[in-house]
Amino acid sequence: MSAATMSTGVSTGEITPKLGYAATLLVAGLWMVPFLWMLVAAFNPQSIGTGMASLVPSYVPTLANFREAWASADFPRYGLNTTIISLGILAVQIVTITLAGYAFARLEFPGRTLCFYLFLLQLMLAPVVLIVPNLTTIAKLGLYDSLLGVMAPYFASAFGTFLMRQAFRAIPRELEDAALIDGASVFQRIGFIYLPLAKPSLVAFSIVSVTAHWNEFLWPLMVINSPDLRPLTVGLASFTRGAEGAQAWGVIAAGTLLVSAPLLIAFALFQRAFVNSFVSSGIK
Amino acid sequence: MLAPSLLFLALFTYWPVVQVLWQSLHGQVRVGGPQAYVGPQNFLKLFADPAFRKALANNLVYALGTVIPSLVLALGFAMALARSSRVNALFRALFFLPVLIPLVAAASIFLFLFLPNVGLLDYHLAKLAISGPNWLGDPDIALWSIMALTIWKNAGYYMLFFLAGLQAVPADAYEAAILDGAGPWQRLRYVTLPYLKPTIGFVLVIGLLNVVTQVDHVFVLTKGGPSDSTNLLLFYVYQQAVENYDAGRAAAGTLVMLALLLVVTASSLRTLERSFGEKEA
Repeated sequence: MSAATMSTGVSTGEITPKLGYAATLLVAGLWMVPFLWMLVAAFNPQSIGTGMASLVPSYVPTLANFREAWASADFPRYGLNTTIISLGILAVQIVTITLAGYAFARLEFPGRTLCFYLFLLQLMLAPVVLIVPNLTTIAKLGLYDSLLGVMAPYFASAFGTFLMRQAFRAIPRELEDAALIDGASVFQRIGFIYLPLAKPSLVAFSIVSVTAHWNEFLWPLMVINSPDLRPLTVGLASFTRGAEGAQAWGVIAAGTLLVSAPLLIAFALFQRAFVNSFVSSGIK
Repeated sequence: MLAPSLLFLALFTYWPVVQVLWQSLHGQVRVGGPQAYVGPQNFLKLFADPAFRKALANNLVYALGTVIPSLVLALGFAMALARSSRVNALFRALFFLPVLIPLVAAASIFLFLFLPNVGLLDYHLAKLAISGPNWLGDPDIALWSIMALTIWKNAGYYMLFFLAGLQAVPADAYEAAILDGAGPWQRLRYVTLPYLKPTIGFVLVIGLLNVVTQVDHVFVLTKGGPSDSTNLLLFYVYQQAVENYDAGRAAAGTLVMLALLLVVTASSLRTLERSFGEKEA
């Protein structure tokens, strides 16, 4: 492009947005490649060989790779374990972050600022950084090689607490006062006034939390020893290692697709909720 | 009401830090012997270990080389796709998809992308008569290959924050700038970027914190090799603890990681407080 068209473009503000759009299109094409390959390879009747690098399907699609992946790894069991882990963590978190969020939003107590900073500390000290001492603790509690052991370090969430605190503070105090006059206990006030009104924040937190723990790998890898307690991620990693040796790339693609599909489908169904949750997880 | 949370935080956040501090100063003087106070020996051993120094250097390269390009790309995506339309929604979804798949799943896909000769990259490069490198086998390239995966995985996540941040830029600010004769680059420099400053700060912080805590792809793709060229701090700590049974060195390594995280968090405490609810007066 000549300097002349560049400068007129800049002065009218026309060319650069178009250039930007063209660049985005190009990058979008690049971004698609890994997914495209996964799809094309997963349905390829040939699982091995040089044809695997194709991005354009030139075959009659088959489910053979899925059948083989299904047969060589216990994906339903892994999926069940992952579901138990993600939902189990979430269930306990909802209780802990609601209580702590209420305390920070509405209660006056000595040491509140100190407590707030203690909570803030967890944002930095993600449990995964402390895997070595946490593994010792889990072993001492007799939770090694159990799903509960995978879940326990995440039962408290500073991030969730702050999210709930913000949501609770936005709720008019008068509502709680009215309930107080009616003789509602603190748990009734939380259950009937605060929680229903904080539902959007609760949904946002749930989506972010389930996504994070659904995809988690390193910590369950360390805690779990028995093959039938593996979550999807750990199962996929060992499955990939096995199939890599056999160079069965179509089967690897099929297994990867199986493991990735649940959250991708959930996203397709609830796109707006997902995006809003991830945004509000950072900006409040 | 804080008790349940504090119980778990104490068990899995505060107590482990105490343990790591203690462990970093203790170790076995003889193999199989009891734990004894060894002073700074673990740290001396740690910094004398070339693998650790390599992991530390790698992590710094990895941090800067993934966070900054992801951030720039994310800002570009957000600016190009800010206007809401059906097509833009589709593109946004496309960039966001990698965020949703497990890092190990992304690694399984990239394993084939990076496969020498027959893999996706080398195969298509060969068609252009370019002989592609051994992406994961060459110590000079492997870390960069891993970084490419990380950028692919994270840029769409940061894009969301910039999309949200762009909504806060008032339209009249642009109109005024255009009236003043500002071109697109000047509008970016003097209007958009100043408004996005808090978002950029936030993305930098979460990006840097993520960099230390995500090593799943290293497990699947390279196991830290070849010759430690893709070893990262957390993976090194894992190796010391699980493969070498050297609890003292693992603890010392963890402390180095914590120190780095502390520097990142301390230097951005204001950004974090703003994002997670400011301190009560």
